[in-house]
Amino acid sequence: MNFESFSAFLAMGGHGPYVWSCYGLTLAVLLFNGLAPGRRKRRFLREQGARQRRQEQPQEQA
Amino acid sequence: MKVPAPLVRLWHRLGSPRWFFETSAPWLPWLLGLGVVFLGAGAFWGLALAPADYLQGNSFRIIYVHVPAAILAQSCYMLMGTCGVVLLVWRMKLADMVLEAAAPIGASFTALALVTGAVWGKPTWGTWWTWDARVTSMLILLFLYLGIIGLRQALARPEAAGRACAILAIVGLVNIPIIKYSVDWWLTLHQPSTFKLTEKPAMPPSMWIPLLLSVLGFYALFVWSVLQSTRVVVLERERRTTWVQNFVAEQGSKA
Repeated sequence: MNFESFSAFLAMGGHGPYVWSCYGLTLAVLLFNGLAPGRRKRRFLREQGARQRRQEQPQEQA
Repeated sequence: MKVPAPLVRLWHRLGSPRWFFETSAPWLPWLLGLGVVFLGAGAFWGLALAPADYLQGNSFRIIYVHVPAAILAQSCYMLMGTCGVVLLVWRMKLADMVLEAAAPIGASFTALALVTGAVWGKPTWGTWWTWDARVTSMLILLFLYLGIIGLRQALARPEAAGRACAILAIVGLVNIPIIKYSVDWWLTLHQPSTFKLTEKPAMPPSMWIPLLLSVLGFYALFVWSVLQSTRVVVLERERRTTWVQNFVAEQGSKA
């Protein structure tokens, strides 16, 4: 372990705000890239599912 | 030159978005697991165990997210340039789908590399921003990504949009060697590459092994994101086919 205490680890010798903001941003970008396709897929399944149900029952709409 | 038969088979199968959709599914949890383990190990080692840099102190620990982001930004662009060639030469639909799916992800890594570089620059160079050759060529890379994303949204006909994006992706490849050699060609503030294929790293192993781990973790998470995103693009564009409609009906009955 390079640091003597947990507070020294957080402080990063005065560079804490720089280091931690970079790691926080990285986490945010990785999470967004990983989760965005799931959201888009759910939206597609919902909309396409509704489209297909409409096509199956055209007589009810007429 | 004779291409091995399994490669030829793979090439033909890649022509089928359905094959891609079905084959890519089991890879996703493994890629996520590998990415979390490698990046977690690299980040913990880099943040807590690696020694502080004798000049930069602890601010150098930003390297463990900055360098992987910058490497992935360029790898993603090379993937897109390759997809552009494959689309124009072989008319492979899947290449255009990857081109669409990868663009926002590449843009996000480029922006991340620029922002973490700026944050790192403040304590080490004394400024957030400088029109340095490496920094400027990365900014051009970001504009290329945004241009490709915008072009697809601006053109109504999907085939025309795909071809235009492919051409822009290929033309923009010129920028990749410029980014790579910018630190050698111009007088620059930016430090030279940490990893070179022909030389040992200038850092001690306790500094570069965590960097290697986090680069590998970034690659796994990048592939995970691109595969997921491409799978959704496949569904959207193939929504008129029977197999997608069956898949949608199946998912709907499960929900």
